[in-house]
Amino acid sequence: MRKYIIKRLLISVVILFFVAFAIYALMRCLPTSYLESIARQKSLQPNSKSFEEWMEQLSAIYSMDKGIVPGFFSWLGNVLQGNFGDSWKWTVPVVEKFKDTVWVSFVMGAIAFVLELIIAIPLGVIAATKQYSKVDSLISIIALAGISLPTFFFASLLKLVFSVKLGWFDLFGLVGRNHETLDAMGKLLDKAHHLVLPIVTLVVVSIGGLMRYTRTNMLEVLNADYIRTARAKGLPERKVIYHHAFRNTLIPLVTIIGGSLPGLFSGALITETLYAINGIGFASYHSLISGDIPFSMFYLVFLAVLTLVGNLISDILYAVVDPRVRIA
Amino acid sequence: MSENKEVITENYSLNDDRRVKVLSPGALVAKRFFRNRLAVFGLSILIFMFLFSFVGGLVSPYDEKQTFYREDFQNKEFAGVVINDEFRYAAAPEKDFGGVLNAQAYLAISSGQSEFIYKAVKYTVTNHGEDFYSFYTDGELIGIAYKDIVNMSDANETIDFDFMFASLAAKSANEKSFEYKGETYTIDKDDGVFKNGTEVAYISRFIARPILPDVFLTRDFKQQLELAIETKDDEFTFTDTDGTVAEYTLKYNAGDNNWSVMQSMATRVLDTYSAPSKSHWLGTDKSGMDMLTRIMYGGRVSLIIGFIVVIIETVIGVVLGGLAGYFGKWVDMLIMRIVDVFYCIPSMPIMLIIGAAMDEYNVDPQIRMLYLMLILGFLGWPGIARLVRGQILSLREQEFMIAAEASGISVPRRIFKHLLPNVIPQLIVTMTMGIGSTIITESTLSFLGLGVRFPFASWGNIINDVTDVHVLTSYWFVWIPAGVCLLVTVLAYNLVGDGLRDAFDPKMKR
Repeated sequence: MRKYIIKRLLISVVILFFVAFAIYALMRCLPTSYLESIARQKSLQPNSKSFEEWMEQLSAIYSMDKGIVPGFFSWLGNVLQGNFGDSWKWTVPVVEKFKDTVWVSFVMGAIAFVLELIIAIPLGVIAATKQYSKVDSLISIIALAGISLPTFFFASLLKLVFSVKLGWFDLFGLVGRNHETLDAMGKLLDKAHHLVLPIVTLVVVSIGGLMRYTRTNMLEVLNADYIRTARAKGLPERKVIYHHAFRNTLIPLVTIIGGSLPGLFSGALITETLYAINGIGFASYHSLISGDIPFSMFYLVFLAVLTLVGNLISDILYAVVDPRVRIA
Repeated sequence: MSENKEVITENYSLNDDRRVKVLSPGALVAKRFFRNRLAVFGLSILIFMFLFSFVGGLVSPYDEKQTFYREDFQNKEFAGVVINDEFRYAAAPEKDFGGVLNAQAYLAISSGQSEFIYKAVKYTVTNHGEDFYSFYTDGELIGIAYKDIVNMSDANETIDFDFMFASLAAKSANEKSFEYKGETYTIDKDDGVFKNGTEVAYISRFIARPILPDVFLTRDFKQQLELAIETKDDEFTFTDTDGTVAEYTLKYNAGDNNWSVMQSMATRVLDTYSAPSKSHWLGTDKSGMDMLTRIMYGGRVSLIIGFIVVIIETVIGVVLGGLAGYFGKWVDMLIMRIVDVFYCIPSMPIMLIIGAAMDEYNVDPQIRMLYLMLILGFLGWPGIARLVRGQILSLREQEFMIAAEASGISVPRRIFKHLLPNVIPQLIVTMTMGIGSTIITESTLSFLGLGVRFPFASWGNIINDVTDVHVLTSYWFVWIPAGVCLLVTVLAYNLVGDGLRDAFDPKMKR
């Protein structure tokens, strides 16, 4: 087991290296409009150096004067020392910006994830136990509709109904206008209030996948021999489903849930941007489209790490939860 | 026919194969597929959406980029009107009749003198009638003082002094006609001056000046204006020679004793955000384009992009996955590591970066669409490669492959004739669902303004208008129909994919 984990980790490091290089090369191929705009600004000041001179100096400061390969290794060297550089867009160290924004995203993601589990798993089980019934079709359609629903469209609909027509929520932002005048409890409630729509959006658009996954696995288990045995010995149906079948359905569920835990930190790029929630997704959206190399590099590599960790966790959990599986 | 068939079947012996209707595997799949009501529902939606987008665009009376205009009334300051109640002076050609002389003339007129002396020159004053005087020195006409104003009917003609004198003299003496340069002119009761029956000038105390320099006020217009002022009407309508109808509003300004004329003219403006009507079933968007037609063309873009991206993904995925699966060993190792790397590259952020970069380079919208498809396809293949490799790995070990090898079939034939056909069912299902998710990705990018760009329509960039809060709150028809199309299409693809999966392998339920 330990050997397996170590091997996986080593492979992950190699993969990560190439991912980081690919992303770095891509980012370097983009127009350095950020540096250009600063250089233009500076060169317009009286008695200033020319645009080209500023450009040269700024490129040196931001280590953009090197080629892609040396540039990547100097970036990598800094990163290994824990230095991700300063964000161009936010003008603070990348790590600081990350710490500022990641917790909002995590809270949002975690609440949405828990809600998803609470709603999707029971519905998936019900759909499987009543296969081909009207309930099953209904649940399947809801699940597919959730998968098919584009986030931005659903978010706009929610805004129209709940913000514009009913006036229950604000259209944008994490805090209300009078946030500063509230006490600590009030501030918390204010934030919670503003997170309702984003969380609903997240839950609805991502609930379908889990629901279908539960249903499929439950169906598989229900077709197994030991379920027939359980029924044959006269156990009540409730006990067959919730005692014998459901526990076995949990095996794949636990692995997939464990695998998606790291993803809670990745933030919701689109949803946060639509609701202007100042989380990691929102911050990186603006960094990405404005060509902020240090922050984008950090975020993309961070996402790659989360993916790799997620895969590793789900593989390990699979072996841990299911004694039939052995990994070598 | 059916009777005939029955007769034939009865003729077969009991164990004749033809007695049993044999269905090919494909027919079996089709049969199972069409038994699934949801899948058929999805398929009919898809057919409808394709007809809607591809045929609809041809049937629609409008064009993708056709803009519409509407008449909008705008009030503009048009002219200023005063009634002339002061003497005006005009000098005869090459004669001096300047400022001080004018004042002397005015004094003479107001005191009723018939002559006055200025700078040792004697001037005689002749009164021709009401408010019209002429001044002579040594029997020569040097200037006139008048209150009625002669206007030429033709905008391009300037007023000739002699003509003015002659007409004003006639008018003030209440004569009906006068001679000028050997021609006879008549004056009608409305003070129009006619030559051979055509109006050449008119005499009026109203001075109407257009605000804009390039506007010429016609006689008819001025008459209407006078009439309105005399009858104290605030409004009148006037149709000019081009047939343009405009409403005019008069406002009297007591301080300056003048009227300002406001023209409310119909101007052509882009017909933006007009509500659904008979001519525009779903209204118009922010550029005044027909919404329904935009949605049809947007559907083309979204559907085509979905298809092409998935085809690119599949080609790369099948080739690489097939190589990895069939050859195994280091080929497998290498390709699967590449797949891992691609799997870890988050595609949405990458697309955002590239979209922003294309903005920076001002890439032509059409080429941009092409890049978008290529990049989406290039980022999306690892999933398919994994699927194909997994399938081939397990199929390779099965008996029929050993049999194929034993019977000496060549490697390419083994791969393409025996291996790949077994992967195709799974592949078709994945592709169908992939088209759905590609459409969502594309529309999300277009929604963010980083995918398909104006003037091309895509369902995503149609909904993009909703980022304007005003549109969100007031113009549902701009974004909801496109969103519904998007949702319904993706849902249909997923339903069909689901149905195909069940049909291909009734046991394989995922």
